[in-house]
Amino acid sequence: MEYVIEMLNIRKVFGNFVANDNITLQVKKGEIHALLGENGAGKSTLMNVLFGLYQPDGGEIRVKGQPVKISNPNVANDLGIGMVHQHFMLVDTFTVTENIILGSEPTKGGKIDIKRAEQEVRELSERYGLAVDPTAKIANISVGMQQRVEILKTLYRGAEILIFDEPTAVLTPQEIQELIQIMRALVREGKSIILITHKLKEIMEVCDRVTVIRRGKGIGTLNVADTNPNELAALMVGREVHFKTDKRPAQPGKEVLEIKDLVVKDARGVTVVDHLNLTVRAGEIVGIAGVDGNGQTELVEAITGLIKAESGSIKLNGQDIFNLPPRKITEAGMGHIPQDRHKHGLVLDFPIGENMVLQTYYKEPYSKKGILNFKAIYEKARQLIAEFDVRTPDEYTQARALSGGNQQKAIIGREVDRNPDLLIAAQPTRGLDVGAIEFIHKRLIEQRDQGKAVLLVSFELDEVMNVSDRIAVIYEGKIVAIVDPKETTEQELGLLMAGSKRKEAGVSS
Amino acid sequence: MNSTRFTNFFVPVFAVLLGVIAGSIVMIVSGYNPIAGYSALLYGAFGDSYYIGETIRQTTPYILAGLAVAFAFRTGLFNIGVEGQLIVGWLASVWVGVSFDLPKVIHLPLAVLAAAAAGALWAFIPGFLKARFKVHEVIITIMMNYIALHVTNAIIRSVLSDKGFKSAKIHESASLQSEFLQSITDYSTLHYGIIIALIGAVVMWFLLEKTTKGYELRAVGFNQHASRYAGMNVPRNIILAMVISGAFAGVAGAMEGLGTFGNISVKAGFTGVGFDGIAVALIGSNNAFGIILSALLFGALKVGALEMPSSADVPTELVDIVIALIIFFVASSYLIRLLLSRFKKEGK
Repeated sequence: MEYVIEMLNIRKVFGNFVANDNITLQVKKGEIHALLGENGAGKSTLMNVLFGLYQPDGGEIRVKGQPVKISNPNVANDLGIGMVHQHFMLVDTFTVTENIILGSEPTKGGKIDIKRAEQEVRELSERYGLAVDPTAKIANISVGMQQRVEILKTLYRGAEILIFDEPTAVLTPQEIQELIQIMRALVREGKSIILITHKLKEIMEVCDRVTVIRRGKGIGTLNVADTNPNELAALMVGREVHFKTDKRPAQPGKEVLEIKDLVVKDARGVTVVDHLNLTVRAGEIVGIAGVDGNGQTELVEAITGLIKAESGSIKLNGQDIFNLPPRKITEAGMGHIPQDRHKHGLVLDFPIGENMVLQTYYKEPYSKKGILNFKAIYEKARQLIAEFDVRTPDEYTQARALSGGNQQKAIIGREVDRNPDLLIAAQPTRGLDVGAIEFIHKRLIEQRDQGKAVLLVSFELDEVMNVSDRIAVIYEGKIVAIVDPKETTEQELGLLMAGSKRKEAGVSS
Repeated sequence: MNSTRFTNFFVPVFAVLLGVIAGSIVMIVSGYNPIAGYSALLYGAFGDSYYIGETIRQTTPYILAGLAVAFAFRTGLFNIGVEGQLIVGWLASVWVGVSFDLPKVIHLPLAVLAAAAAGALWAFIPGFLKARFKVHEVIITIMMNYIALHVTNAIIRSVLSDKGFKSAKIHESASLQSEFLQSITDYSTLHYGIIIALIGAVVMWFLLEKTTKGYELRAVGFNQHASRYAGMNVPRNIILAMVISGAFAGVAGAMEGLGTFGNISVKAGFTGVGFDGIAVALIGSNNAFGIILSALLFGALKVGALEMPSSADVPTELVDIVIALIIFFVASSYLIRLLLSRFKKEGK
């Protein structure tokens, strides 16, 4: 069978760092081909080479058998290669059609022929089952819809080969299913797809073949039908990976976090947390399951003091922490792994060592009478870097230079090391690869086993079901059900998350 | 880390060289002899002890103005108001200098502190407005410059003189002037202010790099969200950063009031020292010790330029062009980094 894309022995070097070491990727026409690798394995580099953003230092690219030189993204477009970026490149205030035609507007007598463009977009959308309204404003449509606009953009430009860069990272479980249908429709119409991902489940479900890369090297290409998630994970990470995190049954103790009747409004004055009740006991992990935007972010920010709540009560170890400043709450015994590690978790321009004392810099031994003790700070940093396997050249390296997984490990190390009674982990594994996820889950369970209370907020059902001892389902700012992960299914959780009432008793805690 | 230090040092040095080269092209095109021009400049800045004294004297306020800009910059703020803070500092120092009669050990520090306090107060206003109402500090500080200029002029006319154009001379007990320094520099206007400026550089370095307060200020400057998450008081740190920056600017004004001039005159326009402070901070990479060097460069250029018309027939304005070119090359440091990396590659 003929290959539409062949990348043969591609080599790309940055300084002393070999990002792609003779990687070969061959994509057949009409297949969905997964590109699997850990963060920093070289997936993005390889795709940027294909898309003309980087020039390879060695190797050859062929499109439909013809050797080509892709010197910039326009050349890639002309060759029928389209990229659906992870971070959407859309103008919020423009309509769907305006965004799609941007850069290649059809004109009639010097004016943009918007009618014709809308018609074309509508036809494309119907043909691939995208159900996009060409006249809607980007600001008013959901993230899933915006992604479809990105897909339409590439189709409108005549793409035959679509590169999807981690497309499911921002989607809800339902949206992921819809995206999978769309990808199948695209392939049926003769398109080829390269799917960049580190989610094994998606590969097993939708892909035909998979190419695994590890630390810049091509490990091999497999038929998905002939492999299984365990084998893929082992190939990707280079060792055996355990998906089901082993854990002993929880031994819950006294109540550590008690939330009663909590009401939080967002900046626009809309009630986003609505008379919410929740308790987390020592020695248990409570997972909050829910679709993004049902008040999880505001709940966590209200508990940690980052935003002010309207009313209700929050107690930590019996002490009232409602609307206290963050430092008081931290000192009362709370650790917080924030959802957005770049915004809240780290000062990216600080060395990783200085980030390790972000909440403790004013205490001994890190400072004395207002003078910092860098010896103690960097000693602590070295200890945490070793203990939490943070891969960094040294403790003086800027936090910005670390990969996402290592930044996250650094934050977790810092928070766990302060030995808090309650650890709040918001999306702790977002965007991380299986190796890092496994590590982080182990650490959360370790905290539980040491008798700490852990509150886990995640949009990944697998994660919530795997790690939690109890699952609290949040919907429109309320906890609508508390379920036992051993007795529930993804289907049931999915329905609860979508707002359907539970048949059994015990709707709220 | 070493390589960033390397570039941080070499980018300004390269920019200065490129500025000098581009400046000579301008001189040649305009029909002047660049070798004669630069020789005159060099002689006028360092040629004998008098010129050296003048250069150091001119360097003094530049150091403090540069520190003021850099301190704000390192804490995430853009203080364009150094000029205004400098003027009110100047006024406050002279006011204390003429109104009291105290022993020198009290009077001089008091006058310097008054200048720092005035500059700090002038900077507090934009700091407070930013912290409390999120008003951008650039806009407020620019407006505060004009207010400073006209308010001080009014005070000089109505309070410090009887509808005159300058205040009385400060008392000897508040003066930074030094007969010793003047005598070893062939009676230049060199005064003890340079010591205060150098201490200021050490203070800025120590405060920012070694103290918990500096850690907070830097953290807030880089990432307010993470600072809030870490339990720091973001608004208070913003105000404090502005206040400290303003204090440095105020002391820069005291250098003029207590050292160089010994009084304050009604000004038709800005002194320019505060605005040059922005360039000094930029060329000094916002680093306390880099600023000492770049202030020295500015001082030398400004003082040396005075020699150019008489000995080389080159107008002083050309020095302004050279300064502008240097700033241009520092600002386009991306270009220089590119050149440097090319250079390194070929050198290998």
